[in-house]
Amino acid sequence: MRGATHAKWAACAAAAALAATACGGGGGGGGGKGSGVVSSSWGDPQNPLEPANTNEVQGGKVLDMIFRGLKRYDSKTGAAEDMLADKIDTTDSQNFTITVNDGWKFSNGEAVTAKSFVDAWNYGASLKNNQKNAYFFGYIEGYDKVHPDTGSQSADTLSGLKVTGTNTFTVRLNQKFSTFPDTLGYVAYAPLPKAFFDDHAAWVQKPIGNGPYMIDSYTKGSQMSLRTWDGYPGDDKAQNDGVDLKVYTDNNTAYTDLLAGNLDLVDDVPASQLKNAKSDLGGRYINTPAGIIQTLAFPFYDKNWDTSGAQKVRQGLSMAINRDQITNTIFQKTRTPASDWTSPVLGTDGGFQDGLCGDSCKYNPSEAKRLIQEGGGLPGGQVKLSYNADTGSHKEWIDAVCNSINNALGNDKACVGNPIGTFADFRNQIGRHKMPGPFRAGWQMDYPLIQNFLQPLYYTNASSNDGKWSNKDFDKLVDEANAETDRAKAVKLFQQAEGVVRDNMAAIPLWYQNGSAGYSERVSNVALNQFSVPVYNEIKVS
Amino acid sequence: MGRYVIRRLLQMIPVFFGATLLIFLMVNVMGDPIAGLCGERQCDPATAAQLRKEFGLDKPVWQQYLTYMGNVFTGDFGTAFNGQKVTELMAASFPVTIRLTIVAILFEIVIGIALGVVTGLRRGRPVDTSVLLLTLVVISVPVFVTGLVLQLLLGVEWGWIKPSVSPEATFGELIVPGLVLASVSLAYVTRLTRTSIAENKRSDYVRTATAKGLPRHRVITRHLLRNSLIPVVTFIGTDIGALMGGAIVTERIFNIHGVGFQLYQGILRQNTQTVVGFVTVLVLVFLVANLLVDLLYAVLDPRIRYA
Repeated sequence: MRGATHAKWAACAAAAALAATACGGGGGGGGGKGSGVVSSSWGDPQNPLEPANTNEVQGGKVLDMIFRGLKRYDSKTGAAEDMLADKIDTTDSQNFTITVNDGWKFSNGEAVTAKSFVDAWNYGASLKNNQKNAYFFGYIEGYDKVHPDTGSQSADTLSGLKVTGTNTFTVRLNQKFSTFPDTLGYVAYAPLPKAFFDDHAAWVQKPIGNGPYMIDSYTKGSQMSLRTWDGYPGDDKAQNDGVDLKVYTDNNTAYTDLLAGNLDLVDDVPASQLKNAKSDLGGRYINTPAGIIQTLAFPFYDKNWDTSGAQKVRQGLSMAINRDQITNTIFQKTRTPASDWTSPVLGTDGGFQDGLCGDSCKYNPSEAKRLIQEGGGLPGGQVKLSYNADTGSHKEWIDAVCNSINNALGNDKACVGNPIGTFADFRNQIGRHKMPGPFRAGWQMDYPLIQNFLQPLYYTNASSNDGKWSNKDFDKLVDEANAETDRAKAVKLFQQAEGVVRDNMAAIPLWYQNGSAGYSERVSNVALNQFSVPVYNEIKVS
Repeated sequence: MGRYVIRRLLQMIPVFFGATLLIFLMVNVMGDPIAGLCGERQCDPATAAQLRKEFGLDKPVWQQYLTYMGNVFTGDFGTAFNGQKVTELMAASFPVTIRLTIVAILFEIVIGIALGVVTGLRRGRPVDTSVLLLTLVVISVPVFVTGLVLQLLLGVEWGWIKPSVSPEATFGELIVPGLVLASVSLAYVTRLTRTSIAENKRSDYVRTATAKGLPRHRVITRHLLRNSLIPVVTFIGTDIGALMGGAIVTERIFNIHGVGFQLYQGILRQNTQTVVGFVTVLVLVFLVANLLVDLLYAVLDPRIRYA
């Protein structure tokens, strides 16, 4: 084995030069001090930790631990199940009567009532509070008054919300939306205690919620200690004593800490380590599907991409991408080649349809070349794929996609990557409609519904319809689906709408993303939910 | 001397304004930071407008700069996007980075100068050749490689240290990161000292001191070293500023939540307030360190006088 050891060291030196870290075996477990507290990697949340202001996964992790909403998505199936909701009744899919279960409390002893929800939702929707998730309340009647597109608000509360009893309130929507109750598991709909409104600054320093954990201490930018709340009335009590979230600037360091037994859980295994993770961690590595899809969106505001022939060009580009090869080599199977525009986590009942894309998403270089030629060639003779180069491993896969396109078309200059320095600038250029060609579009679902994969992305002028694609048939089908009270029929209609997206190749689906995590020998029963967030309350510490 | 210090202090004013203005403009050129706050979707226009107003981004750049400078002089460095005061961020991160810099500078002084003296006195001997070779290796290997290899060996393979530094960042935890941060400068200090010593060894005053019959250690410490240290002090002085601002790589590798971490995050999120605030303080540190170096000259070499 002498030779093998030498080779390993040489590989280590080479790997170190490529900013990788871990070599060898020796992943010692047991970083804790004998207590039942799980230590887990974390990133500094971008926004203040308010439920209606948190739109990224790091802040979401915390809110998921300290809040419970009306509904909760099952961590395995993704189904929306009643949590605080006793019942949500409707006869017309537009007026809902919501009854909150008795006996729920915030960790400061205050009871959770209908008012806790209505106040929180009014706060989230109100323009003056700068809440970035305000548009989630956009379906509720009166939203245009509290959150007008321009000018100042003419009302402070949503006229569609009424408290009708201690534990009941009614919601009137401005349109029919049959799956509205299923969206209520999203964190923006969490209830808020009086303390939030009375002393907001103190609350943000140390948020108080109604979930199985409470915040023990929070040093912004470095660490948050959460401890199990003994008085938690729910069934999903924490199986451990608490969670320490530690901020890591670089996920490589977090991974090294895990190997050294200094950390229990890393929920973001760096791409460069995916190759080693299985051997480094043995069975303590999980790789499960998450509700994330990567696509390439097109600038439909650019005349070149909005011609009748451009549709064939888009189809051709899609067929020129060798998804299997890229997901295997670059992502080590932590991505699955996409064959529709949703995600496998929805399940077939929820609207996921394997193979909906058909031949258009299968690698076929000769057909790709023919289609692009038929469609009038690449606009400007070249496609520029724009992406942000600061996070993720976007450069690697964009280059690989370009390579695949270039090989298929037999032209070295058919496709080039167009890196943009920061995510903020990338979003900025998208917002100003300055994209010189297709661009990276990632979508992480807010709630596990097929509606969430289609409407925000492809409906005319929807919030994430960055390419400004617009299609009357699609809009009509989505409206019909939202009005349909029968769940199965609604899903069917959404799938028909997805068919319109396919026929026009409004965006090229690339792959479904998995969540990957590694954990130490000290902890067990670790799982990731559909949002690729660890299910902290179920983790057991030995 | 007093007039000299005052003149130098006055010179700092234009440098200070120029540097802050440049940084302010550079961060501004990167574009609108609000767009990055809403994830993979368009911020709804009303909220975006409201946020721009709150952070003063709806005003022209010159007005933003004036308001910012006005606030800075009242001690208000603004608020980061996550709602935290920049002064709070500074209070949390500067002590950590200062500790790291102290460890690094100590390594440079103790190891760097000692090795420099030894090799300078024994020029051409095996010890000189091997140290020279070693410094060459250290200089040519990038810091992140040294850092990652040490982290892997000491942290994972041998388990001597924890691979990352805790939020408290005590001196003990900072020894290895400090060594990594100091490594390249340490090699330069060694080489500078060596050359300087080797040159001065043959100068008249050393010969005179030896001829007077002074003991060897006194010749070296009082006469030779004192005269040879001037270039080294210049180097170490300017290095203080470079170490504090340039610790981004080391801080990332060892997960130290210092100035480098805040700057890195500020740049990624295009947070003007954080970046300008931190860089302003770094500029001040640089200027003061340089002034101190110049004043130290007079202490080391009494022939140097400032008027």
